[in-house]
Amino acid sequence: MATTPNAATPADLAWSPRALLRRLRGADEIAHLITFIAAATLLLITVLLVYQLWVLSAEARTKFGWHFFVTRTWDPVAGQFGALPFIYGTLVTSAVALVLAVPLGVGGAIFLAELAPPGLSSSLTFVSDLLAAVPSVIYGLLGVFLLVPVMRTTIQPFLKRTLGFLPLFQGPAYGIGFLTAGIVLAIMIVPFVLSVSREVLLAVPRDQREAALALGATKWESTWKVVVPAARIGIFGSVFLALARALGETMAVTMVIGNNPRISPSLFSPGYSIAAVLANEFSEATGNLYLSALIELGLVLFLLTFVLNGLARLLIVITTARGSGVLPT
Amino acid sequence: MSARLIWRKTLNATMLSLTGVCVLITVSVLFFILGYLVYNGGKDLSWNFFTRLPAPVGESGGGMANAIVGSLKLLLLAALFGVPIGLLGGVYLAEFGGRTIPFLVRYTADLLNGVPSIVIGIFAYALVVMPMHHFSTLAGGVALAIMVIPTVLRNTESFLRAVPSALREGSFALGANKWKMIATVVLPAASRGILTGVLLALARVAGETAPLLFTAFGNRYWSPGWLQPTSSLPVIIYTYATGPYEDWHRQAWAAGLVLLALVLVTNILVRTFLSRGTSYERS
Amino acid sequence: MNAAFPLMGDSGPATSAASSKSRVAAEGTAAAAPGASTLRMKVTKVNFYYGKNHALHNVSLDVATNRVTALIGPSGCGKSTLLRTLNRMYETLRHTRLEGEIALDGVDILTLDVTKLRRLVGMVFQKPNPFPKSIYENVAYGLRINGHKGRLDDAVEKSLRRAALWDEVKDKLQKSAYALSGGQQQRLCIARALAVDPEVLLLDEPCSALDPVNTAKIEELLFELKPSCTLVIVTHNMQQAARVSDSTAFMLNGDLIEFSPTRQMFTTPSDPRTEAYITGRFG
Repeated sequence: MATTPNAATPADLAWSPRALLRRLRGADEIAHLITFIAAATLLLITVLLVYQLWVLSAEARTKFGWHFFVTRTWDPVAGQFGALPFIYGTLVTSAVALVLAVPLGVGGAIFLAELAPPGLSSSLTFVSDLLAAVPSVIYGLLGVFLLVPVMRTTIQPFLKRTLGFLPLFQGPAYGIGFLTAGIVLAIMIVPFVLSVSREVLLAVPRDQREAALALGATKWESTWKVVVPAARIGIFGSVFLALARALGETMAVTMVIGNNPRISPSLFSPGYSIAAVLANEFSEATGNLYLSALIELGLVLFLLTFVLNGLARLLIVITTARGSGVLPT
Repeated sequence: MSARLIWRKTLNATMLSLTGVCVLITVSVLFFILGYLVYNGGKDLSWNFFTRLPAPVGESGGGMANAIVGSLKLLLLAALFGVPIGLLGGVYLAEFGGRTIPFLVRYTADLLNGVPSIVIGIFAYALVVMPMHHFSTLAGGVALAIMVIPTVLRNTESFLRAVPSALREGSFALGANKWKMIATVVLPAASRGILTGVLLALARVAGETAPLLFTAFGNRYWSPGWLQPTSSLPVIIYTYATGPYEDWHRQAWAAGLVLLALVLVTNILVRTFLSRGTSYERS
Repeated sequence: MNAAFPLMGDSGPATSAASSKSRVAAEGTAAAAPGASTLRMKVTKVNFYYGKNHALHNVSLDVATNRVTALIGPSGCGKSTLLRTLNRMYETLRHTRLEGEIALDGVDILTLDVTKLRRLVGMVFQKPNPFPKSIYENVAYGLRINGHKGRLDDAVEKSLRRAALWDEVKDKLQKSAYALSGGQQQRLCIARALAVDPEVLLLDEPCSALDPVNTAKIEELLFELKPSCTLVIVTHNMQQAARVSDSTAFMLNGDLIEFSPTRQMFTTPSDPRTEAYITGRFG
């Protein structure tokens, strides 16, 4: 972009008021500065966020150290805070959600990318995008009043009867719990898996499919054995993205998980997740240690999603680099 | 036909139908949600709902006027703080920046986008609630604004970049300086896409509950000014749905319908009408 | 042997024409015509439509067994379209329609199961398109899906030898196919197509993306394949058609203008348009 010959860069702004004013005479410089400040604000916010999370959790971190992650007790009254039940609950519900959502999402993406005519594919993707826009609390509402009773009266007893020999499906069927929360989460993350996987599948070059079909493959064989493997890295990326969302989901989970810091092998058991305990107990936390422990949980959640999102983006970058021929496959 | 071929063809038909079933399930969930909300929530929508304050606990006949107004005020704050910063930041990335800073900003924006909203709430708590020693609309607005900024920033940048250089060069050739060119040619050209991004970002934060739980908190009455805790639509849905009163449950459904309707209508309108075409001729 | 047409003097033995015919008859529903043992495929009055576009007009053509048939003509004349009707590849596109009859060993290919057909009639594409798998897996793919009996390693080696690629890749079968050069990749695609033992091999401008050295290698390969395979090749390079084929079809704007033995077409063409094209007056 052309700039005026005297263009200043932020690096060589002299810091005396007169010099500053002189440099700012050009309107371009003002615009540059203002927009730069706006962009820098974003950086500032993020740095501040991490800083606050770190500093405010200091009390709990120094008191509990690494034990925080392996202690099961969460007793605000006695001042004992262990994160294990919440980490457990977060991981279990996310795992259930992935087990349900990934086949549904990838399967749907295959339909939309390979089978559906282009018009139908766009309309259905549009509907899926709308699903992604539905607020979490609405899913929670339906979860509480619709899913929980159905789980309690129909699904959980059914699972108990058929698969009750597994410790996963034992124990009283309250309707709430890990399984219910996992199901609600699954419904919420399917649209993400669907839309990213669909794009990745569509990006596989046409001649790959033709080559497979020309060898006498059926459409399914061409899709499953050639197209999907070619797109698999991007699909993994979509799974990581969906997982990152599932980890951070708060409202729908807290409304159906039971909010009980228990660790149990049974999926019917009520439990707790990191986001859910923050939602429930933060505003009522008394005492600095309590608050600090909660903020440390927030820090953990932040780090988890940070790593996952980073990995997801890396995978997607690799897929696009391969697609453009920069990297070998 | 050989047995193997019959097997392959059957497998083909089965698996392909299964993928169709996957889509069917996903799509029908949306219609189911909508239908159920309309059915359950429509019953309790009334003039009262929109104009009255919540009734004393246990009594019926209250409304959600304060929650609706609260949500509007929060949205206003989110827009006021978030949109200009996001917009201008996007302009910086697309028009001015060099290499390192834009890379950092982009990376940070994507990072912030991926942070769970409840963690953002914690940050806003530390930033606003703690110094003030009480909950406030301002704190809630700040939390929502922080969620708006990265989305608007990336969206603005991407639409600005998409404006063809031919337009910029035309403007320079007529003697415009840089900021004039941006303000009078590039921004208007990208305006549709930018507006889409802003509206969708606002629609998204309008439904957010978690970051408000300990910033704006909640309020059974009107919240005067900006420095008092305030009720909001998503939070009241949560509170009423998890409360013990039947009347609360019914109101939660009605509020859910209103919230969903607003979010979906905005999304549908914006994506259908605003996203079509661009504000300039594509070559 | 004629110096200008070095391949014309040779006519390889019509090996296994009868046994291959029975392969087709076993899959199809029409009985094989008895006197057609030297005619592998027969195209009769074919009209083809892309939507409203009438792309092929009443084309009739004979594909002789164990011979090379070339389709030549300027861009857009329909030669690739015609090629793709022979293995029903057009069915992967929407709004296409075929009228007329195409017979493989006397059996109408529209009555054959399409996956069966495509195994019997293989295709090599203009731009090499190996799968993102290892060299071994590329060749083995067709074998695996068709349920190959016997050792996979032997079949893979046999195909690679037939494609004159074995010696160059035998030590790196597990390496990615993309590690090969363009010419090698194309030969790999030929090996992949040969692995399923097709009766007919269709080649759509197989050398257009390759340099002269690799082109010569592939032309030599085609000559070696003739005794065991029937070949149909689309080429925009007339000299290649003259070097390689036994019969040539000249097409223009969707019409088949002339179809004759290659030597005859290139020395004494009957149609003035053929002569104009061959002598380079247009094209």
